[in-house]
Amino acid sequence: MDPLALHAADGVIELPVASAFAALALGVLAVCLVRGRRQLDDRLAPMAGLVAAFVFAAQMLNFPVLPGVSGHLVGGALAALLVGPWVAALCLSVVLIVQALIFADGGLTALGINITNMALVSTLVAYLVIAGLLKVLPRTRAGLAITGFVASVVSVVVAALAFVGQYWIGGGVELTVGLGEVAGTMAGVHTLIGIGEGLITAVTVVTVARVRPDLVYALRGQRLVTPDSPRVPATGGAA
Amino acid sequence: MSRRGWFLIGGLLVSLVLAGVVSGFASSNPDGLEHAAQQGCTVDDQGEIVDGSCMAQAEQEHDLADSWFADYGIRGIENERLATGLSGVVGVLVTFAIGGGLFWLVRRRRPASAEKPE
Repeated sequence: MDPLALHAADGVIELPVASAFAALALGVLAVCLVRGRRQLDDRLAPMAGLVAAFVFAAQMLNFPVLPGVSGHLVGGALAALLVGPWVAALCLSVVLIVQALIFADGGLTALGINITNMALVSTLVAYLVIAGLLKVLPRTRAGLAITGFVASVVSVVVAALAFVGQYWIGGGVELTVGLGEVAGTMAGVHTLIGIGEGLITAVTVVTVARVRPDLVYALRGQRLVTPDSPRVPATGGAA
Repeated sequence: MSRRGWFLIGGLLVSLVLAGVVSGFASSNPDGLEHAAQQGCTVDDQGEIVDGSCMAQAEQEHDLADSWFADYGIRGIENERLATGLSGVVGVLVTFAIGGGLFWLVRRRRPASAEKPE
């Protein structure tokens, strides 16, 4: 495998900027912990551990997106769908910390940068998309699949652009190509990665919703409407 | 066992198979960020930067690059697919233990009287 994955290595973002993002990430994670605790009970705690373990496994699976270029799922959308945004950010952070400390994947001083982008930005953006789409889409398998797909694409692209923003603030090397050009490449490649992530997310979340709908946070305890299940009649609706 | 228990075990098994077996077939090409990081540089067949200026030039070697499981391998195991798979299994178990353990420690505890048997 390659020495660096999607995760930024040390030095790419200068140390003071990386440290500032580490402090920011720590602060936001503290809030996530406080808010997440309200949800985490005997039922959810082991499930959240499973979400972290599954995301770790899925992040090992680099799939090809262009000739000579690969990518892997980030998992913000999947985790936000399954356990909600606060716990999802904590799950993704656990994954990134394990990767950096045990597998030398993602620099130690870049951990704040990587947590900011992949745990915080991706989860936040994914959850905004999820909350919006689930309001307008029908609560069917297709509706949930589309939600997972779109949330994945948007969250991965925004997370990639967040990195470009950080490079703009404190990039380690003066670039001869414009940063706009780099942003274009990042957005383009990560759109393709997001499509792959979207397919994985859609299949996974629909599978979980079929087996255990109560374990999909975004559905808030509601079952999916299936074509063969009787629709709940609207108020006073006599057919 | 409860349905929840079965779901947990099933989910862990799927994760172990993905990280332990499927990972051996993953693409080892540079990923999206790595690709963009080389933009502006000329890279030779070995993947070494020979010319230009790009983000990848600022990359430093990982502080733990010599550790046991660095780079999803296992020190001392030459067979790459085996090493990747084994370190994937280790990673899934460690992530579940740390994540699940942390969430279990901070979880909201209900008064015992409110607990209903499943």
